[in-house]
Amino acid sequence: MIEVKGVNKSFGEKHVLHDINAEFHPGKVNLIIGQSGQGKSVLTKCIVGLMEVDTGSIHFDGRDFSAMNRRERREIRKEIGMLFQGSALFDSMTVEQNIMFPLDMYTSMTKEEKIDRANFCLKRVNLENTNHLFPAECSGGMQKRIAIARAISMNPKYLFCDEPNSGLDPRTSILIDNLIKEITYEYNMTTVVITHDMNSVMEIGDKIIFINEGKVWWEGDNKEILTTNNPEIIDFVYASKFMKNLKGKLS
Amino acid sequence: MNNIQNIGKYFILLKQVLTQPERFRVYTKRVANEWETIGLNSMGIVGILSVFMGAVIALQTASNMDSPLLPKYTIGYITRSSTILEFSPTIISLILAGKVGSNIASEIGTMRVTEQIDALDIMGINSASYLILPKLVAAVTILPFLIIFSMALSIMGGYYAVTLSNLCSHEEFVYGIRAFFEPSNITYALVKTMCFAFIIVSVSAFYGYYTKGGALDVGKSSTQGVVWSTITILIANFILTQLILL
Ligand SMILES: Nc1ncnc2c1ncn2[C@@H]1O[C@H](COP(=O)(O)OP(=O)(O)OP(=O)(O)O)[C@@H](O)[C@H]1O
Ligand SMILES: [Mg+2]
Repeated sequence: MIEVKGVNKSFGEKHVLHDINAEFHPGKVNLIIGQSGQGKSVLTKCIVGLMEVDTGSIHFDGRDFSAMNRRERREIRKEIGMLFQGSALFDSMTVEQNIMFPLDMYTSMTKEEKIDRANFCLKRVNLENTNHLFPAECSGGMQKRIAIARAISMNPKYLFCDEPNSGLDPRTSILIDNLIKEITYEYNMTTVVITHDMNSVMEIGDKIIFINEGKVWWEGDNKEILTTNNPEIIDFVYASKFMKNLKGKLS
Repeated sequence: MNNIQNIGKYFILLKQVLTQPERFRVYTKRVANEWETIGLNSMGIVGILSVFMGAVIALQTASNMDSPLLPKYTIGYITRSSTILEFSPTIISLILAGKVGSNIASEIGTMRVTEQIDALDIMGINSASYLILPKLVAAVTILPFLIIFSMALSIMGGYYAVTLSNLCSHEEFVYGIRAFFEPSNITYALVKTMCFAFIIVSVSAFYGYYTKGGALDVGKSSTQGVVWSTITILIANFILTQLILL
């Protein structure tokens, strides 16, 4: 379980996160949603320690991450997989080397075992036989999926995905959603997904946190989100014509 | 104020690079790769520069020696001394600050803006050490060889320039090269080179590592890396000359 307690974060004058409190449970896909520029990425970066919080603390299964030194953090980070908004693949390495990289650093697996593991991860994201391509030779959607494969190569306990399906076609997007859902349930991971995509919200949102103006504006699950009368949520959920029509039909 | 802050940040980064390294074998392959990019790939430009530099030094010396009292071998002597003491270590290092420094700053800067460094950090890897240490080790070990290579080519360039234009005979020039030779000068030049190598890599990596923003900022970091490593080399050269030679 990941607990976020009273987190504040500013950049100079700009106060981005205001007193955020949240809990993310294992075996569930936890979504963070909200409009662009409201602080979703900043919140995830604070949780994983890429940015230091101004006040507040983050607890990974009771371990206070924000109070740890580099060495202790390193141990927790081995348990974290993260998919960045821009994929962040190492462009000097092939796809296979990218996925094997964490294994190279932390395990004493043999070369064959590592390649097996890489193939297994690639298979999960439907990208067999791309082993020897370089990231620059892959499409944006492929890069996203390779990045997911890399994030899960160490079998992480905590998985963070920053917009896993932005820029993907609907089918691939569903595939990614299902993959995230499957591995979360299968390995009892604590998964945190940032998304804008209402499809994914409906599909995989076991728990949803709506961030607005840097605050936790609303919390609930994917059934409650359709029926809440919080005006900002309604704005967000029914922004598209399709959803508006759907709402018309429902009521 | 900003510059003072940067100096502080620079030393904090250095500490991060030099302490808590990753496992040894992680570095070996990276160092070998860097030998290639920093060392081998610079041989062409270093070679061309050195030959012409040596040739011009020898010609300049010859053309300025009007007095019949000065023996001809002075040409060889001056070519050798100035090449070994200043031209090879300092000028070549300055050129490499441009070539290698901009390369390092933009490579690391790009990794920063595309979140690749964050990805390393997330995996619990000491990104500064992983990225910068191999480059430091490679540069500090390979640059002395490049400089020796440059010294040899410079003297050769000087030799051909003056002998082919009949300004000096073979024997006189060779005598000049060997006259009053102090091996400690070579040591001095190589120690200096190693310091410069350290400066080039660490300063340009510093600007790369702390890049913020996008492609435009990578360009800026790369320029700053080159400018500041050049300035630092010049200052270090001054201090080292004071310390070692005087
Ligand atoms: N390194 C930074 N320095 C200064 N301001 C920043 C920095 N990172 C983010 N911000 C600011 O914080 C705010 C929140 O940014 P964030 O990236 O979290 O948005 P987001 O909710 O992830 O948006 P999107 O959905 O578009 O990705 C933005 O207004 C941004 O300008
Ligand atoms: Mg974002």
